[in-house]
Amino acid sequence: MRLAEALALLLLASSPAFADSSMPPDPLSYTQLPDPKAEAKASALMREIRCVVCQGQSVADSDAELAGDMRALIRRRIAAGESPDAVRNWLVARYGAWISYAPPLGPETWLLWAAPALFLVLGLLLVRRRLRRKRR
Amino acid sequence: MRWLLWLPLALFALIIAVVMSGLIHPASTDIRSQLVGKPLPEFALPAGVPSHPPLAKADLRGGPRLINIFASWCLPCAVEAPQLMVLKRAGVVIDGIAIRDRPEDLAAFLARYGDPYSRIGSDANSRVQLALGSSGVPESFVVDGRGVIRLQHIGDIREENIPTILAAIEAAK
Repeated sequence: MRLAEALALLLLASSPAFADSSMPPDPLSYTQLPDPKAEAKASALMREIRCVVCQGQSVADSDAELAGDMRALIRRRIAAGESPDAVRNWLVARYGAWISYAPPLGPETWLLWAAPALFLVLGLLLVRRRLRRKRR
Repeated sequence: MRWLLWLPLALFALIIAVVMSGLIHPASTDIRSQLVGKPLPEFALPAGVPSHPPLAKADLRGGPRLINIFASWCLPCAVEAPQLMVLKRAGVVIDGIAIRDRPEDLAAFLARYGDPYSRIGSDANSRVQLALGSSGVPESFVVDGRGVIRLQHIGDIREENIPTILAAIEAAK
């Protein structure tokens, strides 16, 4: 019992290591744009842009401060009249195709895009072989 | 077709091999900036602390520099501070970009961990950090006198990284 109490006290006394700043978040990181059309465009893009901190999440899902700043950047650029593709290309030019969940077709990604078709062809060949064998 | 019997076992062994290699050599999660070898984007930041001049791209003419992206709230930045002082003593001009920081916090940080910076720009909403393709603090860029990024160092600069950075500075002259 003593040990458990001591452990509980230790847990209470320990404070998490803060890796966050003490600054308030950028207003546009948690506030929607007044124009619903622009906001729709911006939030669709946010769901397709990866957070560079929590690398499995989109910036729309992540609570990391940098993700907040990326949301603010996206909203600000869309509100200024930039197209979502232009914003995406701006980010890809800095972080590589990695940053986008909608990878462009290119020398590195053609296999990714071709894979479903390749597997379909492979499956059809297998089915054809099976059916032929059965007929015999 | 007897050999087909061994196929599942072979596949299993293959999967084990793939998983093991992933465990032994984990893939790097660093996201490198695509701007290495390219000119810095235009930027002009206000001063981070009153004691230092602000930082803009136009200030980076004349000789190579190290641009250090840091923050007073970032622990690894405090850890790398002595190494920045080593670089400064070796004659490297270091400019800071402070991410989401306050002047009073920055001043306390510089007083406590040393001040290697000639200029400090304040990047309150990471705009310049994102424009540089940087994904965290601390991170450092070696920039030559023409404003071209020559090297990106991700994470804190450690003792063993000093020669690489000095060589990049030398090569950028």
